[in-house]
Amino acid sequence: MKCEEARPLMMALLDGEIEEAQKIDLERHLARCYACAKELEGFRQLKEVTEGVTLMEPESRIWQEYWSRVYNRIERGLGAVLLAVSAAALLIFAGFKAVESLIRDPSLAISLKVAILAAIAGFVLLLLSVVRERLYFWKRDRYRFVR
Amino acid sequence: MEVATDTALPESRRLEREAVVRCQRGDARAFRVLVERYQRLAYSVALGLVGCHDDALDLSQEAFVRAYQHIRLFDPERPFLPWFYQLLRNLCFNHLRARRAQRLQALEEVENGELDVATELDYDPEVIVERNETAQRVWRAIGRLPDKYREIIVLRHFQQLSYTEMAALLFLPLGTVMSRLYHARRALKALLEREQGGDPHEM
Repeated sequence: MKCEEARPLMMALLDGEIEEAQKIDLERHLARCYACAKELEGFRQLKEVTEGVTLMEPESRIWQEYWSRVYNRIERGLGAVLLAVSAAALLIFAGFKAVESLIRDPSLAISLKVAILAAIAGFVLLLLSVVRERLYFWKRDRYRFVR
Repeated sequence: MEVATDTALPESRRLEREAVVRCQRGDARAFRVLVERYQRLAYSVALGLVGCHDDALDLSQEAFVRAYQHIRLFDPERPFLPWFYQLLRNLCFNHLRARRAQRLQALEEVENGELDVATELDYDPEVIVERNETAQRVWRAIGRLPDKYREIIVLRHFQQLSYTEMAALLFLPLGTVMSRLYHARRALKALLEREQGGDPHEM
């Protein structure tokens, strides 16, 4: 066994996670490799030191409030989505109405109407492109944690 | 702490699956079962990763909210915890990255240039571990480890997870878990020795 193979196994030995066959191989290596045996001793001392460290238990109040806080955030999230969707629907409706009245307005010259409509169409295209890009990255982002 | 598997805990896995399915049908209250089962783990892992009580509480709750928002993408036949854990660690690591960037920018602005490593992460040991000099020294050293090393130390030493459980949470093969643990412990030992100028046992 080489030292590189022995190192991860030293962790398993230390944490009581080693298989019997591996343990025999590792002990054989440790018996003739002073550097690894010394390193293992160092890790043993480190483990003793870290085992003496315990996290302080937070106030029990946080567990009582925990679920309601999470639930409130979920609810607020749903509210925000509803608001955004309905605002978008209203904006689109208002946009249609504005375009309709623009086309029907007899006092405006045809060329001016065409220019305004072209500007609106350009804006919508740009917006769609940005939204599509955002959606693409949002999806990729989500898949980072959905394995 | 439990990493439920079908054979070991059929009842708890069944309850978990049922809760997930109800959430997928839009019943937000069914999510409570999952939150209450994993809230302590989520909070204390987040605390180990970011080192600050308020941030740990906020990030762990945010991870649950995101899990609920994306619950339709989750396969109820699989255990919830590893999937949720990926969300939690991504949130914590992104939070740390953002804070480091902020801090660097602040440093450049004041042209101070002197980074105080002990407070680099707001890793305040006084409120997290008992008032014991050794414990606080160890905790500060853990705060200076690279994120991935700190994570595996936290999972092993403060959550007492087995190698199989860590492999499941981190989506890593067992061999990688062991070698990462080796490198993490070696780095931690070096940090403690450098500070102490000798044997960590004699602190």
